[in-house]
Formats: sequence, structure tokens, C-alpha cells
Amino acid sequence: MIGMSTLLSFVFEPGFFTSQPVRTAAVIGGAAAVVSGAVGVFTVIRGQSFAGHTLADVSSAGGAAAFLLGINPLLGFLGMGVLAASCMELFRVDRASERDLVTGVVTGAGLGLAALLLYLDVTTTSTTGAAVTVMFGSMFAIPASIVPLALAVGIGTLAAIGVMYRPLLLSSLDPDLATVRGVPVRLIGLLHLIVVALAVALSAITVGAILSTALLIGPAAIALHLAKRPGMAILLAAAIGVAATWGGILVAYDSYVWTGGRGWPVSFCIVTLIFVTYAAVAQTGLGRLRPAPGAARLPVSSRG
Amino acid sequence: MFDDFMINTWIAATLVAAVAGVVGFFVVIRGASFAAHALPLGAFSGAALASLLGVDPLLGLLAFSGLGVAGISQFARGGRRDLATALSLVMLLGLGALFLSRTTEYFQAVYALLFGQVLGVSNEDLLPVFALSAVSIALIAMLFRPLLLSSVSPEMGETMGVSARLMEVAFLSVLALATAMALPVVGSLLVFSLMVGPASAARAFTSRPLRAMLLSAGLAVVTVWAAIALSFISDWPIGFFVGALGAVAYGAGRAWQSLESAPKAVLPVGHTIR
Repeated sequence: MIGMSTLLSFVFEPGFFTSQPVRTAAVIGGAAAVVSGAVGVFTVIRGQSFAGHTLADVSSAGGAAAFLLGINPLLGFLGMGVLAASCMELFRVDRASERDLVTGVVTGAGLGLAALLLYLDVTTTSTTGAAVTVMFGSMFAIPASIVPLALAVGIGTLAAIGVMYRPLLLSSLDPDLATVRGVPVRLIGLLHLIVVALAVALSAITVGAILSTALLIGPAAIALHLAKRPGMAILLAAAIGVAATWGGILVAYDSYVWTGGRGWPVSFCIVTLIFVTYAAVAQTGLGRLRPAPGAARLPVSSRG
Repeated sequence: MFDDFMINTWIAATLVAAVAGVVGFFVVIRGASFAAHALPLGAFSGAALASLLGVDPLLGLLAFSGLGVAGISQFARGGRRDLATALSLVMLLGLGALFLSRTTEYFQAVYALLFGQVLGVSNEDLLPVFALSAVSIALIAMLFRPLLLSSVSPEMGETMGVSARLMEVAFLSVLALATAMALPVVGSLLVFSLMVGPASAARAFTSRPLRAMLLSAGLAVVTVWAAIALSFISDWPIGFFVGALGAVAYGAGRAWQSLESAPKAVLPVGHTIR
């Protein structure tokens, strides 16, 4: 029994379960991981990783604006994310590569705005770390006051996915068939992007704007390699996301002790766990991923 | 704005923009926006590591954009290219977060790396910019025909003996070179805007590949000149102007296309290879 408790206190360094910042990080990070995992399955099936990533980038302009105005940062991320999602769908064109271009241009404009707002943050207030906080997150510094709003947004997002599950799945897997069946494909596309914006806003608070892609794409890609049915993939993605997030928080917390007070950032630990898992799954060919609808595969060269 | 110490800045920015415009032409016809966004952003971490180790940032930029190319082409074999790009990107950025956490007096530098800065460029700094742009342009000139063919129709390229996979790696490598050059000037988040904005507009104005590529380079140079001048006058970050002007260029291209009464064939946008 003594051996067991020594092992446990080695794995969970003292104070892990009683620390308030760790609790807040675990609650918000877990919620963000569940929502991102579930939404990410659709994003990966639709081949919209780029849009998912750039929505997070653009929503950082909202985070910067929130810093400037002194309002709840989550509101800033949410507002800008939804605005950018609407822009992308508004200028939408049918060809997949042209869609990437539009996504890219919206991203460029949004990031330019973020640059300006962060610059104003630095010059008009004394928040010198704003750029780093908005872009890379600071998980153990999440104010406990945003927990209720974050949980409400998370539950709302999951409910939205539940309501539009069937049409969303059909229009993601086979847009043509969905159109024939009378599914409003464009409306569903817009709703999908808005749901993605909500999910990445949640994870931007925890792992930072530019790393929230890890939670959106990573667990979903792993789950789609392993699971056969979409419903199972969603559950698996959510579980993988939560495991990586909590594992990352644990490793980051413990690393403060291992490295003598210069711990590794949480976002680095989470991203590494996700990346290593994906590399293992994708490279060993444990499962096969179907290509996104309408996307050409890279022709396999005789030399490759 | 045109003081002695700024002359080198103008020269460096012009070279950087011309190369970005040339490479951007291929980014647009290959539908490779995501890779063009991911490589500079991942290379940011290389600059963070270089400043941590006290070596030339350009080395860090080159090393990490090289890692990005390796990651994207390696993972694209086992899965889809967009996922390969996304996951390589977040891993490099995760490393960046780690490097940033090792240092404390860095916020201004991080901001400059992400969003760009009008810097005084010394004569010694100018040398690698010259070398890298010469190499990039030479590579593009050598690869122009096979790369164009493989971008427009990978299948036809294969039948004519142009390996699509080889071209993909070659393209990503040139992209990485252009990235490492442009990053210190316009910032890692907006290198991509400089590549995509002017090139997408150029494609709308002409359907001849070579002409579109040169026009793209010209527009990119004008964009950077305007951005530097505006940034110098207003003291606002250069990245803001690059991003905004890129969007304006794309909008102008779209407007021009729809204004032309007789719809002509535009350059094919190529397949999005996932």
C-alpha cells in the first residue's frame, strides 16, 4: 500500500487535486476538448481543417479587442469568430480550392486587424503580454469567473450539433445526395462554421488561439482513423480530447516539480500528446481515413 | 522614410515581396493556401528557438520551415494533406510555446515576429536576403514548366513523367525559402497574406501563366511598399496594412472578373490536393 501511494504521489504531484487554477483549467479545458472533439469530426469529414484553424486565428482579433475594452475575453473570441464564419460563408464559392483562397483572404484581413488591436493593447494599456496570452493561451491563469459562460457555450454548442446531427452528417459525407434530399446545404454549412467558431473560441481561452486547432483537428482525425461509425467517432474524439487535455494539465503541473519551478507550458504538453498519438495511428496504418468529398487525392507517384 | 538607414530596408522588402509574389502564383494555382499559412507560422517557433540559443534567427527560420515541409510531406502519405498540415503546424507551434516559456524578456520581439516590423536592415543582413531570393527565383525558373503542368493537372504531369510527389516537395521547399526570407519583414501571420492576395488578383487580370506570375510579383511589391510607407507614417503595425491590402487586391480581382462582360477562361485553380 505504501508503494502504491508513493507511486500515486509521484504521478500526481502534491496539491494537484486541491489547486484552484488546476480545477478551473480542468473544467474549462475538458469542456473545450469535448466540444472541439465532437465538432471536429464534422470539420475533418468536410475537409475544412484550414477554415477551422483560421477561425481560431481570426477570433484572436476578438480576444485582443476584449483586452482593449476590458470585457470578458471569451465574449471577444466568440463575437469575432462568428463574424468571420459568416464572412467566409458569405463570399463562399463552390470549388474547393477557391474556397481555401477565400478562407485565406478573410484570415489575412482578420489577422491584420488582430495585429492592429494587439498593437493598441500594448500602446494604450500596460498589458505587455497580450500577444502571447491571446495567441498561446495561459491555462493556469484562467479567471474562475468565466467558467459559467464557458460551460453554457459548450452545452449550447453540443445541443446545436445534436439538433442538426442528421442533416449535418449527410451534407458533410455527400453534399449532392443531401441537396437531392432537400437538405439546405448552404445553411448547414454556415451553421457548421458558426459551431466551429464557438468550439475554437472555447479552446482559444485554454490553449490559445493558434493552438486550438490541435483540439479541433487532432482528436477527430485520430477517432476517424479508428472508428467505423460517425457516432462512435464523435464519442471517441471527445474522449481522446479530454484525455489529452487532462493528461497535458497533469504533465505540465508535475513538470514544475521536475524542472524545479520552470515548468513546461500546458499547451505544449497537450499538443505533444495529441501529435504523438496521431503520428502513431496514421503511420502504423491502424485505420484508413476516407477522403473529403470532392477532394482529389495526391496521385501516388511511381517514385514515391 | 527615405533616410540612409532605410534604404536597405526598402531593398530587402522589395526582394522579399517579389519572391513572395512569384511563389504565391503557384500557391494559388495549387490551392495550397493552408501550407502557405502553416509554414510561416511554424517557422515562427524556429525564430523563438534561435533567439533562445543566441544564433542567427534566419537559421532557426530555415530549420523550422524545413521541419514543416518534412512533416507535411511525411504525414500526407498516411492520411490527408489538410490534416498533415494542421497537425505538423500545431506541433511546431507547441514547441514555440515551450521556447517562449523559457524566456521572459521577449514580448515585444514575439509581437514583431508574429505581425512584422519595419526594421533597419544592415548591409550584412542584406546578403542572405540576396542569396535566398536568387536561389528561390532560380529554382522557380528551373521548375517552371513541370511545376506548372503538375499544378494544373497532376495526372497529365504523371503521364509525361513529372512526379507529382516530387513537385509537391519541390514546391514546399521553395515556399519554405520564401517564408524564411519574408517572415522578419511582414511577420509570420501575414507572409501568407502577401503570397495569396496579389497572386489571386493577378490571376483574375490575365489568363497567361507567365504574365500572371510577373503581375503577381509586381502587385506584391506595390503592396509591401504601400504597407511600409503607411506603417512608417501611422506607426501602426505593417502586418495590418499587408492583411488589409491583400484583401483589397483579392476583392479587386473578383470585381474585375465579374465586370468583364464576356466571361473568358481564367487559369484553372488546380485541384486541392488533400
